[in-house]
Amino acid sequence: MSEYRIKGETGDWEVVIGLEVHAQVVSKSKLFSGSATAFGAEPNSQVSLVDAAMPGMLPVLNKECIRQAVRTGMAINAPINKWSRFDRKNYFYADLPQGYQISQLYHPLVGEGEIEVSLDEKNPEAVKTIGIERIHVEQDAGKLMHDQHPTMSYVDLNRSGVALMEIVSKPDMRSPAEAGAYLRKLRTILRYVGSCDGNMEEGSMRADVNVSVRKPGAEFGTRTETKNVNSVRFVMAVVEQEARRQIDLIEDGGTVVQETRLYDPDRNETRSMRSKEDAHDYRYFPDPDLLPLELDEAFLAECRASLPELPDAKRARYEGPLGLSAYNANALTAEVETAMAFEELLASVAKASGKGEADVAKRVANWLLSERAGVLSANNVLASDPKNSLEANTALVVAAESGAISGSKAKEIFALYLTGDIDLAKEIEANQQTSDTGAIEAAIAKILADNADKVEQYKGGKEALFGFFVGQTMKAMQGKANPGVVNELLKKALG
Amino acid sequence: MTDVTELGVAAIREGVAKGDFTAVEVAEAFNANVAAAQQALNAFIVPTPEKAVEAAQAVDAARAAGKPLGKMAGVPIGMKDLFATRGIQTTAASHILEGFKPEYESTVSQKLWDAGAGMLGKLNLDQFAMGSSNETSYFGNVISPWRRNDGGNAALAPGGSSGGSSAAVAARLAPAATGTDTGGSIRQPAAFTGISGIKPTYGRCSRWGVVAFASSLDQAGPMARDVRDCAIMLEAMAGFDPKDSTSLDLPVPDWEAALSGDLTGKKVGIPREYRLDGMDEEVAKSWDQGIAWLKDAGAEIVEISLPHTKYALPTYYIIAPAEASSNLARYDGVRYGLRDLPDGAGLQDMYAATRAAGFGPEVKRRILIGTYVLSAGFYDAYYTQAQKVRALISRDFKEAWAHCDVILAPTTPSASFALGEKSADPLEMYLNDVFSVPASLAGLPAMSVPAGLNAEGLPLGLQIIGKPFDEQGVLNAGLAIESRAQFSAKPEKWW
Amino acid sequence: MSVDTATVAKIAALARLKVSEAEIAAMVPELNGILAWVEQLGEVDVTGVEPMTAVIENKLRLREDVIDADPLTGGGKRDDVLANAPAAEHGFFGVPKVIE
Ligand SMILES: [Mg+2]
Ligand SMILES: [Zn+2]
Repeated sequence: MSEYRIKGETGDWEVVIGLEVHAQVVSKSKLFSGSATAFGAEPNSQVSLVDAAMPGMLPVLNKECIRQAVRTGMAINAPINKWSRFDRKNYFYADLPQGYQISQLYHPLVGEGEIEVSLDEKNPEAVKTIGIERIHVEQDAGKLMHDQHPTMSYVDLNRSGVALMEIVSKPDMRSPAEAGAYLRKLRTILRYVGSCDGNMEEGSMRADVNVSVRKPGAEFGTRTETKNVNSVRFVMAVVEQEARRQIDLIEDGGTVVQETRLYDPDRNETRSMRSKEDAHDYRYFPDPDLLPLELDEAFLAECRASLPELPDAKRARYEGPLGLSAYNANALTAEVETAMAFEELLASVAKASGKGEADVAKRVANWLLSERAGVLSANNVLASDPKNSLEANTALVVAAESGAISGSKAKEIFALYLTGDIDLAKEIEANQQTSDTGAIEAAIAKILADNADKVEQYKGGKEALFGFFVGQTMKAMQGKANPGVVNELLKKALG
Repeated sequence: MTDVTELGVAAIREGVAKGDFTAVEVAEAFNANVAAAQQALNAFIVPTPEKAVEAAQAVDAARAAGKPLGKMAGVPIGMKDLFATRGIQTTAASHILEGFKPEYESTVSQKLWDAGAGMLGKLNLDQFAMGSSNETSYFGNVISPWRRNDGGNAALAPGGSSGGSSAAVAARLAPAATGTDTGGSIRQPAAFTGISGIKPTYGRCSRWGVVAFASSLDQAGPMARDVRDCAIMLEAMAGFDPKDSTSLDLPVPDWEAALSGDLTGKKVGIPREYRLDGMDEEVAKSWDQGIAWLKDAGAEIVEISLPHTKYALPTYYIIAPAEASSNLARYDGVRYGLRDLPDGAGLQDMYAATRAAGFGPEVKRRILIGTYVLSAGFYDAYYTQAQKVRALISRDFKEAWAHCDVILAPTTPSASFALGEKSADPLEMYLNDVFSVPASLAGLPAMSVPAGLNAEGLPLGLQIIGKPFDEQGVLNAGLAIESRAQFSAKPEKWW
Repeated sequence: MSVDTATVAKIAALARLKVSEAEIAAMVPELNGILAWVEQLGEVDVTGVEPMTAVIENKLRLREDVIDADPLTGGGKRDDVLANAPAAEHGFFGVPKVIE
């Protein structure tokens, strides 16, 4: 695979990228208080006295948040530190009521792990392993609104104290595409594990993008950190813009300063964040309101046992024992919901048809990825529509799988069923395709007789007309003839 | 009728229960004493006579209805203004919290009200509990009710930081009061005013709702006229609180019932390193007297060594300011308390102006020291080193417990001093806590009981330090001294 | 280690304490006195000693993930939270406008 290089006046440059992803932990209540975490609530309605840092308030750690972070660590094959602790990161800002964020600097919960990212959907060999430095658990900050009042900013503390996992990658990425692939894969894993909903629009995942440039093979350059980038596309854009800016700067004789930057999607550029300028000395120290976090073997075992099959393992199983194409295996595992829907339908179809899962997997995969998907979108029906039920899907796939109806008939019936008021079982029954050779032969004989000219042309070498005869035969059979049998008999009749 | 304000906790509780007097009569008598002394002693920031009467009425009604009465039924107390009290101004004696009325009640104060106590008012203290003479309160100095017997009328320090508490109990404005002890703030003022006070094992009393000074050191405790009263009140204050992560999940023993001044079979350790060069002769004499009393109570006296004693104060003056600098970051003018917003000031200017206007000089001094010792490049040399030495100090005590059951030492290096005498030199003021700080650093239970008067007619205290969780051992040794010292001196009423 | 006026000014800025030059000048010797005194800790041999983590042996308890399990530490109390705010409008805390 070719390496990503950026052309500069002085030659080729390489970009070095590390991502710090803040992923909101799925939990009902906050990391250190009992207030709710739901998105979109009225301002300051999900704020406890603890979150507002009232005098004398104290943090008490939420077990579920730790469990989720531990499970996430296990999913990236990282060691879980049985002894970790929380530190205070001290700085003053209006979204930070305590004047410090409770985080983990010195002893994080999760150590080094890695994830494998695919760089080319069509080429299963094009993979790269990206290292993960650590995962630590910390509090989210509140939210500031600047456009509601002429001279004031408004502070909403609903998000203040919500649990985050900060997932820190190694500086292992070398192109915008790699950064994008890493973020997508990380999101997939988090969603499989169920530790983060991955909803980037609602801010459930935000990335701090660390970018530096260097001449290939040289020492790392000075990096900048662009904060809170909230989509895969923007992360890729930040890498591109920041690399370009740094190269231009260096080639113009300037030097890159280590600083915090902000991405402006409207102008597609990054700019220095003045407000964070003097926040360099965070005076981290262990939070004296908390004791060290000690986890026992039983807790870890429970976390491990609760992990689902993860995307890489699932994809390997789909390709191996189930015999799916790499492309389909990829498509089915990219989103956890798709994989779950596939496995549910697969089990149901196998059971109803009395066949092994491997025997029906391809049919089920095709039905889900192309046939059903096509019908749903053509008819503007959502996948969540109650009519798109496991029972209906099973009945259609089983009928198609057994040859009782054709694949195209299945789509037709499904469309009718979704949009109209038909009895699915009766419709399948009524459209049973026939393998009655007598009836098919009779239909063929009539068609060949009616179209003597075309038979001439076909015999004269215009083989494309074969499809015409198939179509006419199917039409005469009202679509109920088994297409395999039709083909076979037509070939015989046409000599 | 007896003057109920001469009675302590046990006697008032008993008198109310028997019907010798009503709780309302008691509350009104103390309310009158509070009002009469307010001008001269300034022990209270906010007297709350109506709260005291209200609680007393509830107790009288409960008694009339034949309902069971709580441990503190009918006893009005003073509440150090570090405890959040719902709807009543809570300031930590700082301008920055002036006018702050919490919408919550601290766990400890709630427990006291639940036990039938009533609140006479919020007691003055050193600002944010930082001080040893009660000269750092924004609401003015507390004046000790004691005067030297030289005929002069120099205003003396009631000790600090619980100086309002000590002055109020000594002057019969309250039979008992809450205190908090971070480096000696219960024991030192108790010693200065001829009363008793105990700081329990770290974690016995919940810190929830107590304005934090130094989280790893802060402990609440009772201050009262004698050991039994301390035992009763501590039982009401202590207990597991799930809202405080450092709270001890242990049952509260029946300390009062198990009180015994018989020390037969007990070993009392006398730490060699506490005998300082140039020690005040009268303090040394009172210590020797204490040794004799405990021997008389049946104890065996053993000399012990606490080799790192001389490092306790410097250790404390790194750790406490470090924690305080972070704990006090929340006072920023955003959510409560003072806001100083100069014309055209931005957010960060508002913080700096608010905090400059709101904190007193000693608080600022400690914030600066704490900020400095945690800052980049200095953290390990100061903070980490201090936490290591703290571990050694704690280890010294652990080793001592192999040789003794309790430790006897003076509470303070001198008797009370005149206001203004030491306030010019912070270091000289800090030295006041030389005997009390080691037990604080190790989280051990420790109490001060009156031992007698010095030649100037001022009280001296003796300190008993116990093993973790052994408040009983401490109280019993305290009782053994109390019953032999027969301390009955009280300040002559001049106010 | 000792501090000079520049260092004190920097620490004060970090701690968000507005201080005048006169205050800084007064603080320099004071802080240096205290720092010189605490620096005697440097002479203690701490080889092999772990910094203290828990004063009294105790384990960190974990809370169950239940919303508003204890009303004292739960949410849904906007009025209580805003009750003491120097500037509260439309359910928000107000601060001088921040430019990011
Ligand atoms: Mg970051
Ligand atoms: Zn973070």
